[in-house]
Amino acid sequence: MIRVILPWHLRNLARVGSEVMLDVSGQITQRTVLDALENEYPVLRGTIRDHVTAKRRPFLRFFACEEDLSHELPDAPLPDAVAKGAEPFMVVGAIAGG
Amino acid sequence: MSGVRVLVGTRKGAFTLESDGKREKWEVNGPHFGGWEIYHLKGSPADPDRLYASQSTGWFGQLIQRSSDGGKTWEPVGNKFVYDGVPGTHQWYDGTPHPWEFKRVWHLEPSLNDPDHVYAGVEDAAIFQTTDGGQNWAEMPGLRGHGSGSKWTPGAGGLGLHTIVIDPSNQKRMFIAISAAGAFRTDDGGATWKPINQGLRSQHIPDPTAEVGHCVHRIAMHRSRPDTLFMQKHWDVMRTDDAGESWREISGNLPTDFGFVVDVHAHDPETIYVVPIKSDSEHFPPDGKLRVYRSKSGGEEWEALTKGLPQQNCYVNVLRDAMAVDSMDACGVYFGTTGGQVYASKDGGDSWTAIMRDLPAVLSVEVQTLK
Repeated sequence: MIRVILPWHLRNLARVGSEVMLDVSGQITQRTVLDALENEYPVLRGTIRDHVTAKRRPFLRFFACEEDLSHELPDAPLPDAVAKGAEPFMVVGAIAGG
Repeated sequence: MSGVRVLVGTRKGAFTLESDGKREKWEVNGPHFGGWEIYHLKGSPADPDRLYASQSTGWFGQLIQRSSDGGKTWEPVGNKFVYDGVPGTHQWYDGTPHPWEFKRVWHLEPSLNDPDHVYAGVEDAAIFQTTDGGQNWAEMPGLRGHGSGSKWTPGAGGLGLHTIVIDPSNQKRMFIAISAAGAFRTDDGGATWKPINQGLRSQHIPDPTAEVGHCVHRIAMHRSRPDTLFMQKHWDVMRTDDAGESWREISGNLPTDFGFVVDVHAHDPETIYVVPIKSDSEHFPPDGKLRVYRSKSGGEEWEALTKGLPQQNCYVNVLRDAMAVDSMDACGVYFGTTGGQVYASKDGGDSWTAIMRDLPAVLSVEVQTLK
């Protein structure tokens, strides 16, 4: 199972806890993980990736294994630790005041 | 008439305030969607328990929320706003072409007779509609398809379509307004649109009387006189009596004719309200005095309404969607401020009371008169 951690607002929107477990088939990439996430929780469509371009929304980042994977290609494999469920894939909101 | 429900959208969530017909004690419900910007929420005229809310942030984009129980509970519905066909370009601040990009929904206008049919005014400026209660949204492309679309330029707040007014006598006729393109009208249910800006003068554009380019802030109509519209433009308060074919200025003796809101008394189509703001450089009331101005003669002659409003050291703004009226026998008038107050008058503006204080900055106020 793939572990995904969502920011607070998206947890509330999807009505989930601090961590989501996803069954993802095939290669484990940003795209396959986020596709599975959106299939499981359709309310998240458009909140992490743009509806049309499927690009990451600008104020969000993707972290895993203490690395910033935000600029990795969406079809690049995620780290083995994420694929094996040892480490979570984290969707993180940019820090901001106001 | 048994009561009133006030719908308040703020920078950090939505609130509903309900009262009985006396309008003295208010029950507050909220915050809903805490931390999110609620540009607008509005109820269906056909079903007052059906509400829609526009919820957005820079982080997570746009959501639309729907309530079927008067705002007690909400469910997210469709949030996919995709321009029809190849979006093309409008004019950017520096005069260069800029691709149309969806940013947010500024205004939701439920149809007059179908709770599942709603229009949405969005930034970058376009009008969308849903006919299935918000699950699916489709652009009405005739508006952006108007030949002037490539010349539309955003105001400082963005290229927002913020006003949608439906003619109750002919629902194929609608009026919309865009900052800073101007006002447009459709007579065929949204298939085609025409600019209705003749008579407007705007010094911020090279040709002050151009067909488009005017920063219209708000348009209001009394349902008994759908050919008469009142407009608060960036500067100037305007009036038309021929459905926008020609406008004339009615600023008269206002202390300043800059402002955002304009609305019409529920029972007197010649009584109108504005909140003058000092200037577009200083978005607060003149002299630190929050004053609603009322004209009982359809413009030109205005009186300051001050009873119950702060008359010193007040530096709030009242944004374009933040005034509304109820239709109780004695018309109620309501407005919200960027300082987080919601003021109400149950005597047509003669006196005011803050029915809510210390909210986040208020973006919109709508009122439902409940039977």
